[in-house]
Amino acid sequence: MIEFFKVHKAYQLGKKSITALQATSLQIPTGQIYGLIGHSGAGKSTLMRLINRLEEPSGGRIEVDGLDITQLDAAGLRNFRRRVGMIFQHFNLLSSRTVAENVALPLKLAGELSNSAINKKVADLLARVGLENHANKYPAQLSGGEKQRVGIARALSTDPTILLCDEATSALDPQTTGQVLQLLAEINRDLGLTLVLITHEMDVVRRICDQVAVMDGGVIVEQGKVADVFLHPQHPTTKRFVYEAEQLDEAEMAQNLAEVEGRILRLTFQGQATYEPLLAKVAAKTGIEFSILSGRIDRIRNEPYGQLTVAFKGEKLEEAMQILHAAEVHLEELRHE
Amino acid sequence: MNELLINVDWYEIWLATLETFLMLGGSLLFTIILGLPLGILLFLTGPKQLFDQKGLYLILSLVTNILRSLPFIILLIVMIPFTVMITGTSLGVAGAIPPLVVGATPFFARLVETALREVDRGIIEATQAMGATTKQIIISALLPEARPGILAATTVTAITLVSYTAMAGVVGAGGLGDLAIRFGYQRFQTDVMVVTVVLLLVLVQVLQMVGDRLVVHYSRK
Ligand SMILES: Nc1ncnc2c1ncn2[C@@H]1O[C@H](COP(=O)(O)OP(=O)(O)OP(=O)(O)O)[C@@H](O)[C@H]1O
Ligand SMILES: [Mg+2]
Repeated sequence: MIEFFKVHKAYQLGKKSITALQATSLQIPTGQIYGLIGHSGAGKSTLMRLINRLEEPSGGRIEVDGLDITQLDAAGLRNFRRRVGMIFQHFNLLSSRTVAENVALPLKLAGELSNSAINKKVADLLARVGLENHANKYPAQLSGGEKQRVGIARALSTDPTILLCDEATSALDPQTTGQVLQLLAEINRDLGLTLVLITHEMDVVRRICDQVAVMDGGVIVEQGKVADVFLHPQHPTTKRFVYEAEQLDEAEMAQNLAEVEGRILRLTFQGQATYEPLLAKVAAKTGIEFSILSGRIDRIRNEPYGQLTVAFKGEKLEEAMQILHAAEVHLEELRHE
Repeated sequence: MNELLINVDWYEIWLATLETFLMLGGSLLFTIILGLPLGILLFLTGPKQLFDQKGLYLILSLVTNILRSLPFIILLIVMIPFTVMITGTSLGVAGAIPPLVVGATPFFARLVETALREVDRGIIEATQAMGATTKQIIISALLPEARPGILAATTVTAITLVSYTAMAGVVGAGGLGDLAIRFGYQRFQTDVMVVTVVLLLVLVQVLQMVGDRLVVHYSRK
């Protein structure tokens, strides 16, 4: 468990002090994939870098599994950092070392294992990330996705319990992003690592995160389970991210709504309800008419969900709503007749 | 051929070449031994670096700049008492090496500092995040990553030293440059001048080529 107790961070720029993180308290449970999303300058990297003290907090306390890391001395901090892997947007591999040498570096620095034990471990790690045939190449000879795999193998080499990913997929194309995210999800599942993952894209959060925190101006403006935050965003910043991901244009939506008559609801299905012919059933039972204005069926992690914007007409609308409600469909009124 | 080079005493030339090599080799060695740590220190104490020490950096920086702004010929003369103290003589190859080293070290150190600054900050950060000590960061990450830059710096320094050795003739250090000045220029023996200049040119070319090869070999970009 990673816990922040009223942690804040201000950078000193000459005489000016810039607050990058306002007093923030949060908890990241062990074994979760925790997403941090926000616009540029929101303070995401600052928050993440406080976890392995690449930045020193200006105040507050940070505990990892009960250990107050703000109190660690230099040697204690180095030991702690071996339990926290980190991967970066621009990979930060050493260009002068081969793939295998890069992965071996944290182990060499720790100086605990013999060379043969290190070689064995490196081979295992490279196999895990699917790079066993690239061991003797230099980073410059690899594609972006392969480089990030090396970064992941390197970060895992000291058997960390936490993996920090600062925009690990932002420099990759969509397909490679998918593969790297899948690898991260596997690592989380197989090794039980806690992942903290910074991204600009709601889609990344939707695909692999358990929880998400939305940041704006050094503040976490909204956080919770991905499905809750994603399907029912409250804060304007969150809404903007969600609508971007859904490619919803609010102005366009308003125009669509103006074209139709009746009451307009947004229905959110989750889990099994997603695949059931609920609307048809309700229509048959109550005789209401409906037209679908927009919709999307997709998955959050592995959980299917559907979100439909529907215009309803008919006498027994209240009854219809009750049936939907009973089937655990979330209803949100967008326009009342 | 020999008619054209009537004044050329090949034995003299050979001796002078040897002297140049000795001066170059000796001074380059000491320049690296002193300049590399100085360059690393300049880098580390610089603004926003690992050991950001404003005061120390300003002092080191000032000293390097003063030494670099002194014309080498002046350094050569000013250094004479100091040179005698170290080597027992201010003459010959031994007398030339201390001023050569003092002249080249600040230059080399600045180039090393620049080469280290070229290393991506992200590399330092990644190594820090692995739990490395500052010493480990320098030895395992910074220096290997800056190796092409440091090799290029060494090449430039070696070539600069070649031209300094020519001036070292003033204190009777000998060498090819000295030959060129004494015979070629002062006694109008153009043939001696041409031969020495050609030899110096060949030396510079070879240094540059070897340096470039090494840089290419170690740049895995
Ligand atoms: N070393 C620093 N010195 C001064 N100010 C900094 C420093 N690092 C970050 N900041 C400031 O702190 C704020 C938060 O920066 P941070 O890097 O945490 O944002 P971010 O959310 O990671 O942004 P991005 O998505 O662009 O990476 C910004 O206003 C930034 O300018
Ligand atoms: Mg950032």
